[in-house]
Amino acid sequence: MSQLLEAFSWLADPTRWSGTDGIPTRLLEHLWYTALGVVVAAVIAVPIGLFVGHTGRGRGLVVALSGAARALPTLGLITLFGLWLGIGLRAPILAFVVLAIPSLLAGAYSAVESVDPRTVDAARAQGMTEWQILSRVEAPLGMPLLISGFRLAIVQVVATVMLASYIGNGGLGRFIFLGLQLQDYPQMLAGSILVVALALVLDVALRLLERLLAPRGAARG
Amino acid sequence: MSWVLANIPLLAERLLAHLGQAIPPIVLAFVLAIPIAKLANSRGWLRGGLTGGAGLLYAVPSLPLFIVLPIILGTGIRSTINIIVALTIYGLALMVPSASEALRAVSRDTLQSATAQGYAPFARFLRVELPLAGPALVAGLRVVAVSTVSLVTVGGVLGVPSLGMLFIDGFQRSITAEILAGIVLTAALAIALDLLIMLGGRLAMPWSRVRGEGVR
Repeated sequence: MSQLLEAFSWLADPTRWSGTDGIPTRLLEHLWYTALGVVVAAVIAVPIGLFVGHTGRGRGLVVALSGAARALPTLGLITLFGLWLGIGLRAPILAFVVLAIPSLLAGAYSAVESVDPRTVDAARAQGMTEWQILSRVEAPLGMPLLISGFRLAIVQVVATVMLASYIGNGGLGRFIFLGLQLQDYPQMLAGSILVVALALVLDVALRLLERLLAPRGAARG
Repeated sequence: MSWVLANIPLLAERLLAHLGQAIPPIVLAFVLAIPIAKLANSRGWLRGGLTGGAGLLYAVPSLPLFIVLPIILGTGIRSTINIIVALTIYGLALMVPSASEALRAVSRDTLQSATAQGYAPFARFLRVELPLAGPALVAGLRVVAVSTVSLVTVGGVLGVPSLGMLFIDGFQRSITAEILAGIVLTAALAIALDLLIMLGGRLAMPWSRVRGEGVR
C-alpha cells in the first residue's frame, strides 16, 4: 500500500505537470493519437458499415471480420508494424486503424439494421430516395448504436495507444514503460492510474452522448 | 520459416504457458457469471448496476490492470496468479451481461409450467432454466474465450511467459518471423478454443439450433 501512496505523491509532484515530459503533454499526445486512429478508421469503416446495413450486402463478411479481429493480439500487431515501418507515427496509427475498424463497422451496420423495416418502407412509400432514407431515417434513428460503435472503438484505441508507447512513441503509456525499465513501480502505478482514469472518463462521456443523441420516441439500442 | 522450425520447443513452451493463463480465467468467468447473473436478474436496480459496472470495467485497459492488481492481491507483478485474476475480471465483465440476458430470455411461461409440474426452485433452475439458456450462455462464453486468449499476450510486456513474449523478444531482436509466429499461434489458439466450445455446446445441448452469430 505504501507504493500506492508513493504513486499518488508522484502524481501530486508539480514538476510532473509541466514540460515536454509532463503529464499534460503525454495526455494530449494520447488523445491526439486516439483521435487520429479513430478518425482514419471511421472514414474507412462508417460508409462501408452504412452501405452494408442499408443493402444487406456483405453482412456475413462484416460479422466474420468483427469476430476475427477479436482474435488478433494487439501487442503483436504493434510490434510487427513497428519492426516493419520503424519508429514514428505510421506503425502505431496503422495498428489503431486495424483494431478500430471492426467496432465501427459493426456499429454502423447494426445502427441501420436496428431501424424498424416498416419505418423504412413508409419512408420509401412517401417517395424518399434511397439516399434520403439512409441519411434522414436510418442514420438518425440508429444514432445511439452508431455512437456505441464509436465508444467501443475509442476505448479500444485508448488501450492500444498505451501499448504503442512500447515501440517508442509518446502517450501516457510512456510513464509505464519508463517505470518498467527503471523498475520504478510507483511511476508505473501512477501511469496506470492516469490511463485507467482517461479510459473511464471517455467511456462515461460517450455513454452520456449516446443517450443525448437518441431521437425522442426511438427505442434505445 | 527457418526461425520457426529451429524454435519449435520454445514455441511449444510459450503455447503451453499461454494456455495455462487463458484456461483458468475462461472457466472461472463462466462459472462465476451464472450465479452473479441470476442474482442480478432478481432485482432491477442490481441488474442495471452490475451490467453497467461490468461494461465500465471492460473499458479499463489491460496493462494498467495487470500493474495495479499486485497491490491489491499482494502478488508480484510477474506472477501468473495476477494475470489470471485480471483476466477473470475481464471475463466477468463480458460474461455477466450476456449471462443475465441469456437467463432473462427464458420464457416465464415455461418456468411456471415447470413449477406447476412440481420442480423445486433449485431443481427448476438446474434442469429447466439453465439448459434453456444454454445456447446463449455458450455464445457468451465463446466471446470470453477469444478475448481472453488475445489479452494473455499483454502480460509479455511485464515478462510473464506466454505467446506475448514472442512479440517483445521478436521486436527487440528484429525477428519478424518470431512476431508473426506469435500472432498466428495466438489467433489459431483463439479460433481453436472457439470451435471447441461451439462443438462442445452442440454435443451437450442437442436441442440448441444454430441461431447465427447472435453476439456482436
